[in-house]
Amino acid sequence: MTLRTPLGRVLGTGSAKEGPATWRAERVSSVALIPLTLWFVAALLALPGLDYATVRGWLAQPWNGLLALMLVAVMTYHAYLGSRVIVEDYVHRAAPKLAALLLLRFAYAALGGASLFAILRIAFGSSTP
Amino acid sequence: MPARIRPLSPHLEIYRWQIGNTLSILHRLSGVALAAGLVALCYWFISLAAGEASYRAAAHGFAGPFGRLLLVGWTFAFFYHLLNGVRHLAWDVGLGFERRARHVSGWLAVFGAAAATSAVWGLLWHFARL
Repeated sequence: MTLRTPLGRVLGTGSAKEGPATWRAERVSSVALIPLTLWFVAALLALPGLDYATVRGWLAQPWNGLLALMLVAVMTYHAYLGSRVIVEDYVHRAAPKLAALLLLRFAYAALGGASLFAILRIAFGSSTP
Repeated sequence: MPARIRPLSPHLEIYRWQIGNTLSILHRLSGVALAAGLVALCYWFISLAAGEASYRAAAHGFAGPFGRLLLVGWTFAFFYHLLNGVRHLAWDVGLGFERRARHVSGWLAVFGAAAATSAVWGLLWHFARL
C-alpha cells in the first residue's frame, strides 16, 4: 500500500522536497533503538551487581563500549527529533520557536557529546581523578 | 459584523474520548518522559567515568524512594514507547489499520508494557541488585 501519488513516485520526492527526510530519520533511528535498548536492559539485568567496579569493568569491554556509544548517539538523536516536533507543534511565534529549536539542538549536542566522551574515557581506560 | 467563531479542527470539545487518541497522547507523553530519562542515563554514564565517589553519589540518588519511583516510571514509559512505536512502524508500512487490529495492538502495548515493567523490577527485587 502506498499513499504517494504516481507522479510523486516517479519524481522521487513529495511536494515538500526535503520534508520527509526528518520524518524518515525518526523512524530509522527508532528501528535502530529496538535492539540497542533491549541489549542495554538485558545486559544490566545480567550483571552480577550494579556496583562501581562491576559496571565499569563491564563497560570497559570493547563490544559493550561500542554498543553503549551507539545507544547514546542514536537515542540522543531520536530524542532530539521528537523534541523538535513537539516544539514545532506547540510554539507558534517565530522568535520563541527559533530560540527553542536552537536551545534544543545545543542541549542535546552537549548532553550526547558529554556522554560519548565519558564512555570513550572508560573504553580507553583513562584513570579516574 | 464580526466573523462567526467556528470550532477549530479537530473539535476537541466534541471529540469522543477513546483508546486511539489516549494512546497517541500517551506516546508523546512517554517520549517527553524518556527525554528526561535520557538526561538521567547520561548523568549515570558521566558519573561512572568520573570515578567511584561520583558513581556512588549517583547510585545513592537512584536507589532512594524518589529515584526508584522515577526509574519505575521510566521503565514503563520505555516499554510503552517501544511497543507503541512498533505499532506506529507497522502503520507506516500499511499494516494493522483495521478497527480490531488497532484495538488489540493498543491494549497489547499497554498491558505488555505493564508486564515488562513488572518483570524487570521483579527480577531486580528478586536478586536485590538495587
